[in-house]
Amino acid sequence: MTMAVTVEAHELTKDYKFGFHDIDVSVFRTEKGLSPEVVAAISAHKNEPEWMLKFRLKALSHFRKRAMPSWGADLSGIDFDNIYYYVKPTEEQSRSWDDVPDSIRQTFDRLGIPEAERKFLAGVSAQYDSEVVYHSIREDLDKLGVLFGDCDTGLRDHPEIFRKYFGTVIPANDNKFAALNSAVWSGGSFVYVPKGVRVDIPLQAYFRINSDNMGQFERTLIIAEEGSYVHYIEGCTAPTYSSDSLHSAVVEIIAHKDAHVRYTTIQNWSNNVYNLVTKRAVAYEGARVEWIDGNLGSKVTMKYPAIYLMGEHAHGEVLSAAFAGEGQHQDAGSKCIHVASNTTSNVVSRSISKGGGRTSYRGHIKVHEKATGVRSSVRCDALLLDEESQSDTYPYMDIDSPDVSIGHEATVSKIGDEQIFYLMSRGLSESDATALIVNGFFEPFVKELPMEYAVELNRLLAVQMEGSVG
Amino acid sequence: MSDSARLVVEGLRARVEGKEILNGVDLVVPTGEVHALMGPNGSGKSTLAYTLLGHPNYEVTGGSASFDGTDLLPLAADERARLGMFLCFQYPTSIPGVSVVNFLRAALKAQGKEMPAREFLRTLSAVMGELKIDESFRSRYINDGFSGGEKKRMEILQLALLRPRLAVLDETDSGLDVDALRTVAEGVDRVRGTDMGVLVITHYPRILEYLRPDAVHVLHRGRVVVSGGHDLARRIEADGYDPILGAGAGTAAREGNP
Repeated sequence: MTMAVTVEAHELTKDYKFGFHDIDVSVFRTEKGLSPEVVAAISAHKNEPEWMLKFRLKALSHFRKRAMPSWGADLSGIDFDNIYYYVKPTEEQSRSWDDVPDSIRQTFDRLGIPEAERKFLAGVSAQYDSEVVYHSIREDLDKLGVLFGDCDTGLRDHPEIFRKYFGTVIPANDNKFAALNSAVWSGGSFVYVPKGVRVDIPLQAYFRINSDNMGQFERTLIIAEEGSYVHYIEGCTAPTYSSDSLHSAVVEIIAHKDAHVRYTTIQNWSNNVYNLVTKRAVAYEGARVEWIDGNLGSKVTMKYPAIYLMGEHAHGEVLSAAFAGEGQHQDAGSKCIHVASNTTSNVVSRSISKGGGRTSYRGHIKVHEKATGVRSSVRCDALLLDEESQSDTYPYMDIDSPDVSIGHEATVSKIGDEQIFYLMSRGLSESDATALIVNGFFEPFVKELPMEYAVELNRLLAVQMEGSVG
Repeated sequence: MSDSARLVVEGLRARVEGKEILNGVDLVVPTGEVHALMGPNGSGKSTLAYTLLGHPNYEVTGGSASFDGTDLLPLAADERARLGMFLCFQYPTSIPGVSVVNFLRAALKAQGKEMPAREFLRTLSAVMGELKIDESFRSRYINDGFSGGEKKRMEILQLALLRPRLAVLDETDSGLDVDALRTVAEGVDRVRGTDMGVLVITHYPRILEYLRPDAVHVLHRGRVVVSGGHDLARRIEADGYDPILGAGAGTAAREGNP
């Protein structure tokens, strides 16, 4: 029996309680660096069909051709040659936590995943480095034909659905990091909700990086058939290492007529992770897609969840909260592309910077020429907790139709001395007062979370706020 | 100065943004008594309130202030609050996203006055009823979108729940119509008692008709220049400040407190 050995890492961020790591128990890993051989080795190891190998290799060439994006956050610290692109933690995926190796299971125990599963989830998927080590779905949903597993299983067991949608929302050459993901993707989630089925409580995926110099490239594909509903939640953490890790996911959502998909993210990577993610949804007639996107961790995040409103009366919602502390840059935002008439979108972004951290809001609203009766509202508010922190807003509007109603509001404010004094005059310490104000600022985001996550987020924020006032 | 005195202010000087506002305030508010502080605009009344409660922008340049024998001046605002001091703000700030109910629980907890959830909610309901505050206030955000009268009642609600040992009411009556004024004054009247001192800062003697102060002090140019009983407030209402300040300015400062 393997004893779990965990190492606490305090040197970088003493407040980050998920910074521990297990000893390496991986059963297979590709050599460091990226090459056609590495890509072929991943595909071969997974026994993939020929078309997927070709897809991966083509994506690799896209990745190599494309320049690093220079318009956003500083990515110069990424050393693509010093990364493991595939690390397989266990021989097999388990359907019972008892079958997960002890050290890995104990890590997920510490992260509270099995407990959350018992209490309030309809299904759980737990990815550790490159592979999903555990997954489950409630039996009744299974019987209704709801599919929830990793993308590899989707490819293997449901090729007809998988191939129809995979890479259609985000093509392999969409951007440099989508290309990278397409070349080396592994794990992630494959969710299929049949027509009219409503998954009443959330499905959750948890992504954990354990190895150092690791790249995690999960791939998620969510298909919601007509009139269905699903709420998918993802969480993520990683050990604190002195060298950087890379997380580059691709998430594609297809919301068919009148479907409703909510995708909630609580991103809490350690401060040595580059988090460069492409997320995009298509919403057909009357469909509703909501990205609830919280970014607390990582060194650099670049992520702009997008919704293509393809059918009339489709609605898109992007509600995001970002927190950037010392050494962090959260470059996040949203894209709402109104292709069809009478589509609506609503964007609310809240960001907080402290200790020299930087938040950027980057948003794009596009209305196609023939789309009429479009309504869109964007509101972003930034809160600075000190003089050295920074926030910027880059709203892009691209309106080709005359018949639209677009609202945009942006504010940047400093935390108010009068608010602090008011709370302190009621006995709250300066740090408690600050934390309460910060919680209030994030309230529009937090109130959208299931209660358990709201509590956890407020607790994480409180940890982040500790020592924030002098 | 007697030992039972709660708030003792002697020769207090303070400035804000480099400007001297308080020029040697002497004031004693014993426990169980209601004292009124009046004075023309700009005389330093609100400055005194903020200085006593420890607002960081108000710099004390001389004198002393103690509460129940504890020197206030080294203490931060939250420490003063935990000693039992309370300020009813003239213009309370709003804090979007923080619900009234969460805030009140946090404040009670910070002051070591936490109650079990059911008791808290029952108490809150009762006090809100007395103050004619709608139940929906619980889930509203602190002062966010509140009318002037609602803000004042929100202050009195906190006063009633936190039960301080010294309450400073900074023009709590200003901007209220007659009915709201009565509600607020009755709210204060209900919580006052032998274990609480009250310092009411006001322009208008009307609230004093409800609160029946034990003493009235007049602040002028940063000093207490005249003190007296309730009749002093009535004289000010009838004749204005001129006769009083003309007669007493400069000489009454040291004998200000009875």
